[in-house]
Amino acid sequence: MRPPSPSIPEREFLLKALEQSLRLDGRAPLQSRTPTLTFGPELGWVECALGKTRVLAYVSAKIVKPTPERPFEGTITIHSEISPMASREYEVGRPSDEEVTITRMLDKVLRRSDAVDKESLCILAGERVWALRLTIHCLADAGNMLDCACLAGVVALKHFRRPEVEVIGDEVIVHAPTERAPVPLSIHHSPFCFTFAFFAPSPSSQSVPITILDPVHLEQRLSNGSISIALNAQREICVLQKLGGVPLGAEEVVGVVQVAVGKAKEMERLVESALKEDWEGRKGGVEVR
Amino acid sequence: MASRIEILNDGGFRSDGRRQYELRDITIDLSQQGHADGSAIITHGLTQVLVSVFGPREAKQRRETIHDRANINVEVNIAAFSTGERRKRSRGDKRISELASTIKSTFEPVILTSIYPRSQIDIFVQVLQQDGGLLQACINCTTLALANAGIPLLDFVCAITGGVHSTSPVLDLTTLEENDIPHVTVAMMPRTGKVTLVTMETRLHADRFEEIFRLAIDAGKVIHKEMKSAVRHRTDALVTAMGSGSRFAVSGEMAEEQMKDY
Repeated sequence: MRPPSPSIPEREFLLKALEQSLRLDGRAPLQSRTPTLTFGPELGWVECALGKTRVLAYVSAKIVKPTPERPFEGTITIHSEISPMASREYEVGRPSDEEVTITRMLDKVLRRSDAVDKESLCILAGERVWALRLTIHCLADAGNMLDCACLAGVVALKHFRRPEVEVIGDEVIVHAPTERAPVPLSIHHSPFCFTFAFFAPSPSSQSVPITILDPVHLEQRLSNGSISIALNAQREICVLQKLGGVPLGAEEVVGVVQVAVGKAKEMERLVESALKEDWEGRKGGVEVR
Repeated sequence: MASRIEILNDGGFRSDGRRQYELRDITIDLSQQGHADGSAIITHGLTQVLVSVFGPREAKQRRETIHDRANINVEVNIAAFSTGERRKRSRGDKRISELASTIKSTFEPVILTSIYPRSQIDIFVQVLQQDGGLLQACINCTTLALANAGIPLLDFVCAITGGVHSTSPVLDLTTLEENDIPHVTVAMMPRTGKVTLVTMETRLHADRFEEIFRLAIDAGKVIHKEMKSAVRHRTDALVTAMGSGSRFAVSGEMAEEQMKDY
């Protein structure tokens, strides 16, 4: 059974507050929660927390034979599991529309935007390539799980190191991490996803919808539409998705894109510094490049 | 992936002989299909979609009723013969269920659902031929079918695909072009000029996006003109067939005046 929809007082309180540019958790309308990245002992193990939303991403790699259509390319598969553990709204069995949207969006942001150079995953053309597997576990959903999952996925791919391989003739030698330093994946760009929620204006007040960045669960449930933008720090939009909801003017859409452009740069800095800090901590053990 | 086909040649022509901003031929057929309350077939070049609308009617399943508005149910079926390569897609396909939920959420704020509480509107989308602009054709066709079924809408929803080839924007892409260049699908409401849907799945610079986005909104108005005239012709034909043609001719001028607003 689906959980009951928010009560009328809850809704009215939230909308009244929003009209005065106030949010339940004290943030400004276009302020996002600062993500917390926790790295595990293994390379490619990342837990990303956005407030109380938590997502775990793990990357693993194995060597397989490529498909005959693409003999020079490695593969990336994304396994996203949204279990009832994350929120009461998710059920086991047939995925709901929302779950399908999250899964498809993850696929578009992380795989189809060509973030990872697939050709660099080739070891021996037509014979051996790396197959990457990115598993995303949604641990808790307190709103905006999509952004959190995308961030976790991107950071996990940047954090991951694959073992060094050597090709001598037709023979492939895989070196253990203790023998030779593992190599990072060749990453073209790192897309970050930002979700904005819209609230239709009350007919009496102003005519522009209220826009908020990074909605929490209640805001997400009560909103009249949302737009998700995935883009990198080089101002390239990878995915932009506004599916229905309250109609927006061209200026509003363009404005939201500009906000996301600024946020992407901030996010890139944050991720880079978190990764750097993690390497510093690892210096004592295995050599990392 | 560099292709050997020129998307836009030096003479300013595209692979199918169109100019940069030229749309493909649009044909609209609003004749009755089976027992549907409203149906439409739209073709954008070689893309063809058939939509049948049933309702508002009692929901088949009690649990699907909503107490204060109508429930919209969208089912999409892509014919196995619609692409060059014959391919059967299962019902559980993620791409199809995404398409269905996109259509549903696009029309939810446009259909005046609150005047039909506890009922259901079924929209069946059948993709007959695919050659680029699938979502665009589905949305345009659904608008027409809903209008044909007499379901009150806030406005038309007109969708169009735009792409950018290096720096030059192009409109209404074919499959060949879609595979090669970044593209955006925009659905707009011509009366207010606001957009209800924007999707983009390929990498594009933010400034280029803005350019093509604004262009697509303009192109939506052209599509709207086509759709509007098709709906009017159909209504004219029905009125004449009902034997009240003469009466319509008298009040025709007045109707024309009223229609100007839409």
